[in-house]
Amino acid sequence: MTDTTAASPRESQVASLLRHSRHVLAENPVTGFAFALFLLIVLAAVFGPQIAPYDPLASNTAQALKPPNAQHWFGTDQLGRDVFSRVIVATRLDFFIAVASVALVFLMGGFAGVAAGFFGGWTDRIVGRIADTIMAFPLFVLAMGIVAALGNNVQNIVLATAIVNFPLYARIARAEANVRREAGFVEAARLSGNADWRILVSQILPNVFPILVVQMSLTMGYAILNAAGLSFIGLGVRPPTPEWGIMVAEGAAFMVAGQWWNAFFPGAALMIAVFCFNLLGDGLRDIVDPRRRT
Amino acid sequence: MTVLLDLDHVSKFFPVGGGPNQLARLKRRLSGGAERLSKVYAVDNVSFVINKGETVGLVGESGCGKSTLVRALTRLLDVTDGSIKLGARQLALKPARVFARDRDRARIQMVFQDAGDSINPRFTAFDAIADSLRRLRHIRGKALKERVETVASQCGLPLALLSRFPHQLSGGQRARVGIARAIAVEPDLLVLDEPTAALDVSVQVVILQLLQQLKRDLGMSYLFVSHDLSVVRLLCDRVMVMYLGKIVESGPARTVFERPWHPYTQALVAAVPRFAGEATERLRLKGEPRSPIDPDPNVCRFYGRCPISASDCKTKAPALRRFGNRHVACHFAEEFVVQRIGPVHEAQATPQI
Amino acid sequence: MTAAAAALRVERLSVEFRTRSGLVRALDNVSFSVRKGETIALVGESGSGKSVTAYAIMGILDLAGRVTNGQVMFGEIDLLAASPKQLAAVRGRQISMIFQNPRTALNPIRPVGRQIADVFIRHAKVPAREASGQAIEMLRAVGITDPARRASAYPFELSGGMCQRVMIAIALAAKPSLLIADEPTTGLDVTTQAVIMDLIADLAAELGMATIFITHDLALASQRATRIAVMHAGHVVEDAPIADLFAQPRHPYTAELIAATPDSAASLDELAAIPGSLPDLRRSDLPPCRYSERCPRKTEHCAQPLPQTAVGAEHIVACWNPLPVYAPLKRAIGAS
Repeated sequence: MTDTTAASPRESQVASLLRHSRHVLAENPVTGFAFALFLLIVLAAVFGPQIAPYDPLASNTAQALKPPNAQHWFGTDQLGRDVFSRVIVATRLDFFIAVASVALVFLMGGFAGVAAGFFGGWTDRIVGRIADTIMAFPLFVLAMGIVAALGNNVQNIVLATAIVNFPLYARIARAEANVRREAGFVEAARLSGNADWRILVSQILPNVFPILVVQMSLTMGYAILNAAGLSFIGLGVRPPTPEWGIMVAEGAAFMVAGQWWNAFFPGAALMIAVFCFNLLGDGLRDIVDPRRRT
Repeated sequence: MTVLLDLDHVSKFFPVGGGPNQLARLKRRLSGGAERLSKVYAVDNVSFVINKGETVGLVGESGCGKSTLVRALTRLLDVTDGSIKLGARQLALKPARVFARDRDRARIQMVFQDAGDSINPRFTAFDAIADSLRRLRHIRGKALKERVETVASQCGLPLALLSRFPHQLSGGQRARVGIARAIAVEPDLLVLDEPTAALDVSVQVVILQLLQQLKRDLGMSYLFVSHDLSVVRLLCDRVMVMYLGKIVESGPARTVFERPWHPYTQALVAAVPRFAGEATERLRLKGEPRSPIDPDPNVCRFYGRCPISASDCKTKAPALRRFGNRHVACHFAEEFVVQRIGPVHEAQATPQI
Repeated sequence: MTAAAAALRVERLSVEFRTRSGLVRALDNVSFSVRKGETIALVGESGSGKSVTAYAIMGILDLAGRVTNGQVMFGEIDLLAASPKQLAAVRGRQISMIFQNPRTALNPIRPVGRQIADVFIRHAKVPAREASGQAIEMLRAVGITDPARRASAYPFELSGGMCQRVMIAIALAAKPSLLIADEPTTGLDVTTQAVIMDLIADLAAELGMATIFITHDLALASQRATRIAVMHAGHVVEDAPIADLFAQPRHPYTAELIAATPDSAASLDELAAIPGSLPDLRRSDLPPCRYSERCPRKTEHCAQPLPQTAVGAEHIVACWNPLPVYAPLKRAIGAS
């Protein structure tokens, strides 16, 4: 095919990435929407405490259980705290849980899986056995067990989520690395003076990354739901920390009495966040995978 | 001529059915069976030299072992036996696993068949070319950029394409990137593994002429592996023909193709399509090649498929013998000239005085 | 030629593909024909549209492709306008096709014998038990040793050459009158290639079958076909018997293609690269002659729609300024 583009000066990697991103977002409105929503969530996470109209921890029993009105857009909970402020502020914690879990599982599972697929032999066997052990447990029960054993705090929720998702990432990464270890460019990299470890990190891992990216966006949603589930049974974040899951747990009791806003708004926020992360997956892969560039 | 690369009695065997399968090994041990595994004789006792400034061709069917041989001599694979000497240095001593960091790594480089597959899809053309420079020549920054651009221009690659990814380049452009990457570190020996196989004929011309030019400018030696005899004929000074792990014939390229001596080479040459006007020579090989697993050392590898297949051929394997500047491994090399008789499926061997 | 003598007549075939980056005008008014029992070759580089032509004839174009013009006359039927029922009666029985990569063209999870037997059952209405026996005979006919045992093998157990033989067996089982072979030997060793091409030629002679042989290898085409139609960017630029084509190529592209083929040169320096590159077929402003932008012989005539000039007995060239007959070629092609 002819080289139809005019000979443009070599643009920098970043500029090219940005241009491609704009192209992807423009082409697919759903992805654009997901990104916009994601940005909103990030903003809420970063600026939450500043923009919240009320102190999320300030209780005001006189104002308890008021339905949504002009002063309290989302109503108040049983201790008179503004639900809207709590939902906004909780974004930061939940977002942190999501991102941290995903980062941790990518590092652990991605790296272990790639090493297993690339080197084979004992590395493969050990990683395989670890993954099998983890998968032998019902995943939520395992998460419960880890948090119960190590303690109720955010770090352990993140760790539990990462461990529970480890086999999936390891398996995906291993399959990809296995395919690519015979690829021509691995041999070429050896000829160019790259030692095996360097090939793993600089050649294989970047190729595995786009495939894991989609999974990562799904895991972000799962991480929040996991945290919510753990909070629901009392093994998660401790009150009075605002976190969507715990708010739903506490508010659930009041649903029956008709005070729906306690559980509804944090639940809706949860749903929107998970929905957004899922939509994000495809768009992210389009941006990150160089093969999608025209 | 000074010798650049000297291969002596190089062999590479692959175990069959053993290796990673622990259970099979265990079973074998427990059942008291022989620990000795069957082996595929991918490369069997191959010896040759490549001189400075030469272009040597290596031809053969798929499965003849040329890929394995090439990977062995570029040190991507360890040999089971034999020596590989680069200048005065014995390369086979250092395991392939650690050769990537060796000081002589840059002296032997390779251009791959499928440039699309051999460039990391996440690397731009610039990264692909710069990788060997970064790792082997330790250049960075501005010096690196200049060197990459110089090499790209030498290979006829427009500088604007350096920021492109492999899938955004045409086949010919990718081939140029593959070549640029290999010559960037100024190797003494460049191994070309079917570099034009995937290219259109018009692009092939350009790439071949580029390779010719680069060789003149940079004084490299080439080992050109191909199954396309017409290309090998044009580019190579000398050619070696491989069959089932052994070299069966070698000599000056033109002579070997115009007057092939080994029956396999004759069949190969007869099979190459020529422009109309030549009578179609029906010198055809029957059947499939013999098994490369544990071959009988006393039987010629070509026995059975060879139109001659005499009784000598199954009692004694022919050695590679020298006739002037040519080598042939066949008992009947100097006595017979195979005559091609019209549209017949087998060749008749007639003695010549 | 008359309708009676032609096995297949392709007339003014035009095909477009709708892609993300635009409308690709893959074929533009392609015309050629094959006589009964004749072997012709469609030769072109990648992007020339030769495979698309074959797929359009067989009616197996990609979903994004559309035939926008033309007829494909097989006897009295226009294959492009035929009903699915008519097509089903023709495809696989009267017209067969073999593909480039034999291993992927065969069903990987069915033994090869069954795949051949399927043809007998489907097209020759043979009962299943007889069909497997006939399948074994077919395997023998294509030169596979020990056919009874091989019939139960799966494609992955066979070599590339053997898989190609199986594909030929499937294609020829119903004794078609026309075989379309799309690069059947690309990827095979040259010795295997020779044997496979011999096989096709022998079987074609035996069955009185016409063959359309699609390839990028001009030398191979010259050895196996009696006529060559050279394609460039969706056009047939020249259509001539072998001897005429090589002795006197009239279209500039044909001459360049010959000059670029290694077999035609005695040394590397004699090889000539073809100037320019393929035009982008997505362009809406493509000139009528798609070679004109890279052609050194371009004149102002070349803006007109392409002619089909007869320059000899059965020698057609689509050019306003064809190479003159008396001009010496760049170099003499090796003496016959």
